[in-house]
Amino acid sequence: MARFELNDDGVVVIIGSGAGGGTLAHELTRRGIKVVLLEAGKRQTPASFSQEPGVAYGQLSWLDPRSSSGNWAVTRTTPSAPAWIAKSLGGTTTHWGAVTPRMADWEIRARSSYGAIAGTSLADWPISFEELSKYTALAESRMFVTRRHGIPGLPASNNFKVMYAGAKKLGYKRAHTGYLAINSRAQDGRAACIQQGFCVQGCKVAAKWSTLYTEIPRAEATGKLDLRIESMATRIEHNANGRVNAVVYRDAGGNEQRQKARAVCVAGNALETTRLLLLSQSGKFPRGLANSSDQLGRHYCHHVLGFATGVFEQPVRMWRGTSQAGLIEDEARNDPRRGFVGGYWLEMVNMDPTGVALAALPYGWGRDFAGVMDGYSNMAALMMVGEDLPRADNRVTLSTSTRDASGLPTAHVHVDEHANDIAMRRHGLNQARLVLEAAGARRVLLSEGSPSSTHNMGTARMSQDPALGVTSPHGQTHDIPNLFISDGSVFTTPAAANPTLTIVALALRQAEYIERQLSTRAI
Amino acid sequence: MSSREADRREFLKSTGVLTGVLALGSPLALLTPSRSWALDLKSLTSAQGSLLLAFARTLLPHDKLEDAAYAAVVQSADADAGRDPALRKSLVEGIESLGANFATSDEAARVLALRRMESTAFFQQFRVRALQVLYATPLAQVLLGYEGEAFSKGGYLMRGFNDLRWLPDVPAVDSGPLPGT
Repeated sequence: MARFELNDDGVVVIIGSGAGGGTLAHELTRRGIKVVLLEAGKRQTPASFSQEPGVAYGQLSWLDPRSSSGNWAVTRTTPSAPAWIAKSLGGTTTHWGAVTPRMADWEIRARSSYGAIAGTSLADWPISFEELSKYTALAESRMFVTRRHGIPGLPASNNFKVMYAGAKKLGYKRAHTGYLAINSRAQDGRAACIQQGFCVQGCKVAAKWSTLYTEIPRAEATGKLDLRIESMATRIEHNANGRVNAVVYRDAGGNEQRQKARAVCVAGNALETTRLLLLSQSGKFPRGLANSSDQLGRHYCHHVLGFATGVFEQPVRMWRGTSQAGLIEDEARNDPRRGFVGGYWLEMVNMDPTGVALAALPYGWGRDFAGVMDGYSNMAALMMVGEDLPRADNRVTLSTSTRDASGLPTAHVHVDEHANDIAMRRHGLNQARLVLEAAGARRVLLSEGSPSSTHNMGTARMSQDPALGVTSPHGQTHDIPNLFISDGSVFTTPAAANPTLTIVALALRQAEYIERQLSTRAI
Repeated sequence: MSSREADRREFLKSTGVLTGVLALGSPLALLTPSRSWALDLKSLTSAQGSLLLAFARTLLPHDKLEDAAYAAVVQSADADAGRDPALRKSLVEGIESLGANFATSDEAARVLALRRMESTAFFQQFRVRALQVLYATPLAQVLLGYEGEAFSKGGYLMRGFNDLRWLPDVPAVDSGPLPGT
């Protein structure tokens, strides 16, 4: 691995090592570009991943309290944890479920597809579907996504058998073990999935794609990567011309460091990316870096989620097997006759007892609650993941009530769900209930959503017009040509698909663009 | 006396102990030399610990689950309170709001008391703690049939991930091959 000087102003600094930052680091370094990669968390390995749920959570999660407001369920269940993101080398690709469906043509033209809807800030993506699809296919090959490009699906688990039987009885046509970035066979120097469950604790056999053991070590092997873990970026600085020129961060010892930079790419997950840009406000950028449009932090999207858990007469033992290897595609379509625009996926989900108690049965306690938990072995579960509509006032700002250990304000997240979101959730949960009942559930319990958002998008949206978004179609900020955003923040609208595949696709595309910009000395 | 000294004395006098006896045939009894158990509390009194234990059992009443499992919830709250005086203060105030007779009241009365405090931060925080800690105890996991960590045994690939027989098998086109086949 390389070591670059703090005053080396020829390096590209990438902040965050997850799907966006980790992929970008590999793509730039393999092109010979010097990269300093700052990661706030520590470095785990498949061997060091804990399999104790509580320990694993602490090992991988970003634990600083944040604050929240609005009408979404989080303010009632976990107000100080509006989002669940990772703080570990590899970012959320350490704890993700590896579900990788594609965005649809009509989804990235959301404004055109859905029309004008009051109370939303719908817009079309400034990228053609053909262009996005080219990079999505590259990302799928990179991540060895099942059921794509000749790669077989994962074998059906007990939980999936339940989902499948219900789906078929209900008349759904497209139900299968899903598109997952999890090895269905040994490949890429990584093992095949051993169906151990526990994807959220980090994959002990590295069957699940994570930048931690794919992109990052490959970037290190180029000799062009200076990886600095436990290095928390706190401020991006700029020169008199308004170009960024350094990143200030706290190192593992708590000491402040200042790395000079030719360009900076921020990939901290939408909450932390937005926070860092807001914390970097200056005389020249009083509303935060790259925020002359006042669009930074707005249009926050997190998907319409909901859980359905069925209790059956006979054992399912849903904990056995890959956490999310099951998908129903039929509801991922735009059919306003259902009472809402946009679509949703029904995804199988395995949960341990604590997960069921916290996510699938919120608010509950007492005899009835304990009675349901007693049926844990006989449970099957699925969740819906749907497109929420962007709203200008659904917004990430700096919290006035919560701070991190060093005293900097953390993110505040405000969400007022649109009536469309609520109608979609009602429909999706009802369909999920019907699936489970068709498979024979004697009781189905519905839950409005996970306690914390894992899909964070839209706060630095791409737009052609600099007045309407923070970034260009290449994730380059409109205000500052050598400042890039390289995570889900740039999504113009969220679509229904789990975001990681598209984050990787956009990172692959952005790397080509940054290389051109550097080689032509445009930046 | 300084307030710091007062805090120290308060701290010292308030430490307690929770005790119990494991049921015959308890999964834990097979592993321990004695069926009786005792849990030292770092910052709560024995009475406060008993009230919290009753709170946890009323929240999540599994009749077949032993007190030793619920004691783990109390231990977790006690440990956090020992690290943070502000947390200890709010915990003790919350316990006092349960009423001194809470632990000895019948279940209907305990449920009624909890219903009245459902919207308080104390209730909500303790409910989440109880869920997180109780269902992660080995005793609760045995009760629920949960087999837990499987990496050390090679995963569930050869240990029943697809052994459900009361529904039809999934056609190959919508499933996938076992690795290596």
